[in-house]
Amino acid sequence: MTAQPAERMLSSTLDLRADKITIRFGGLTAVDEVDFTIPHGSVVSLIGPNGAGKTTFFNILTGLYHPTSGRVHLGDRDVTGMPPHQVAHLGLARTFQNIRLFNLMTAEENVMVAMHSHMKSGIVGTVFKSPRQRREEKEGRERARELLAFVGIPKVADEYARNLSYGDQRRLEVARALALRPKILLLDEPTAGMNPQESARFVEFVYRVRDEMDLSVLLIEHDMSVVMKVSERVTVLDQGKKIAEGTPDDIKNDQRVVEAYLGKTGTEGYRSDK
Amino acid sequence: MAATTTPSPVTGPSVKDAAEHARRSNRKWALGLLIAVVVLFLLYWKILPAVGGDTASFFRKWLSVSAASEMVLWVIFALGLNIVVGYAGLLDLGYVAFWAIGGYVAGWFMSPFASEMMNDKSWANLKFNFLGHPPAIQGLDRGIHLNFWLVLPIAGLICAFFGVLIGAPTLRLKSDYLALVTLGFGEIIPQIFRNGERLGPGGNFNLSNGDKGITPVDTIPTWPFSYIPGVPDQLGLRAEDLPFKFLVYCLLAAAIVFLSLRIREGRLGRAWLAIREDELAASMMGVPLMRTKLAAYAVGAFAGGIGGVAFATFVNGIYASRFDFAISIILLAMVVLGGMGNVWGVTVGALVLAWINSTGLEQFGNTFNDAVGTNINFKNYQFLLFGLILVLMMLFRREGLIPETRTKQVLAEPERGELEAVGADLEGEQA
Repeated sequence: MTAQPAERMLSSTLDLRADKITIRFGGLTAVDEVDFTIPHGSVVSLIGPNGAGKTTFFNILTGLYHPTSGRVHLGDRDVTGMPPHQVAHLGLARTFQNIRLFNLMTAEENVMVAMHSHMKSGIVGTVFKSPRQRREEKEGRERARELLAFVGIPKVADEYARNLSYGDQRRLEVARALALRPKILLLDEPTAGMNPQESARFVEFVYRVRDEMDLSVLLIEHDMSVVMKVSERVTVLDQGKKIAEGTPDDIKNDQRVVEAYLGKTGTEGYRSDK
Repeated sequence: MAATTTPSPVTGPSVKDAAEHARRSNRKWALGLLIAVVVLFLLYWKILPAVGGDTASFFRKWLSVSAASEMVLWVIFALGLNIVVGYAGLLDLGYVAFWAIGGYVAGWFMSPFASEMMNDKSWANLKFNFLGHPPAIQGLDRGIHLNFWLVLPIAGLICAFFGVLIGAPTLRLKSDYLALVTLGFGEIIPQIFRNGERLGPGGNFNLSNGDKGITPVDTIPTWPFSYIPGVPDQLGLRAEDLPFKFLVYCLLAAAIVFLSLRIREGRLGRAWLAIREDELAASMMGVPLMRTKLAAYAVGAFAGGIGGVAFATFVNGIYASRFDFAISIILLAMVVLGGMGNVWGVTVGALVLAWINSTGLEQFGNTFNDAVGTNINFKNYQFLLFGLILVLMMLFRREGLIPETRTKQVLAEPERGELEAVGADLEGEQA
């Protein structure tokens, strides 16, 4: 996959814009003045060594943490300080590093939970099964089946999530996230536990999701081969600060990035070779 | 993504069958209980008075019509609590508050008490009757008298409102703390009623008549069924009314069963389940935690309000001293014993415990004492027995008597991920 031309990325509208995000926990600054954008229809990655603040930053975007300072805009809405369910409703869907499905619900029910905020039927309508409620449930069920088929697990709709294989659970998480009708899909270490072939197929899958669902994708990923293949732009965090941003090729050759990953001493030999 | 495109192996019967199975079992349970209700009703109404003798006295002892009625009333409350605890997974130790509020709504709107609510007697001449049925005794038509069937939804809604009011500040807490705060409210509200005789400026307002309680409560009108020969048009305290009252309470319990089953299947029920499973993930999937939990509180409290009104007609009054903490605990025991989240399990759990509570233990004690010649007061050991039952359940049958299919799964089988983590290969194997 080749990276998108830079002009397209610049000219397109932004799905997400985070300005100078800072969060402090007590005396510790976990994220420090990070600017971050996701252009519409792009695939961008967030990388960094362990403890760099990636997941914290993720959690700020999704409304789980409220930043000490800085604003998050989703499209043209300011979502800073909104509770997670509102941010999710406005189009930010995510998967989890450690799979977090509703284990004792079927795959179909899992997906339908994410439709909650788009459904309308209330208590009275549900108790008396009003025609509108029936229609809504039926449509929801059909949509859930479509999404399960889309991610490649059409046959497990009636299985409890806990009984699915690891790979199917990861797929189900994506299907569930897509049920939110997101503008942006956040994938938190989606290839964890996958072998190289599976990871390679994952790259294609990401592009298929992006194209068919018309959304942008933000990845947190450890597997550099995946990051370099899939991303149109990579942002590197280290110790809560953004230390580099650019195309995968830029990042590969960035001195500070190499230092962040290998440590300064590790790069001394590298430097003298030059 | 992962290469496994083979359909996941199924542990136990497939869920599709399970869903069909659940529907069928719902029908079976409903039919079975309906038959039991009809048989009992005919027994109390026609058969026992006709047969008399030993059979009648056996039933009077072991399952009198009022014991059966009381059991059904407990079912209503247990089902209400089940929505909060079993469906949404929120531990509520103060459910008795809604029972009390429901009862006092009956006291305000369907008894002469409203005319005594001002201690300076300024309301003494208050008379308001809307399709109500005050007891046909001189002077008891004072106060507010609404129709029983009208008071039910009013009490339900008032309780739902209080459910939200109590829930709003407390639901921000995590489970253990939530339990403690609900416990507090469960104590506070009955205390307010117990001491609510002289409120307001100058102690002029009498909210609850304090420890004296409120009595009598209006009768239950049976219109339009009163046109059927043999059906009394008012259900009060006469012996011939009691079988019909039993039927009315069964009808209310059936309504709550219906409500529970329907809500479970829809959008809200799914959201409750999701919150019970993983609160954080649910909120990230667009489920508003606060609103969804408040809805569980409101619906649960609604059932409590209905039950509270019905109970007031059952004992013909509202007595503050009845609403003690033990009731919340017994209700919780009913839910746990029956199988949290399963409507039928909770129904059975409530029936069993309520029966032990009202007659079973006492009669067993009498029989035992007669046979052995001892003089043990078994009723005193009621809580010992409940505690024992709970401990034994936790040891041998954690999922309850009739568990929810979902819960049974967790307790019976390890998670597939866990099995794979230790290298077990489940593919194609029936675990």
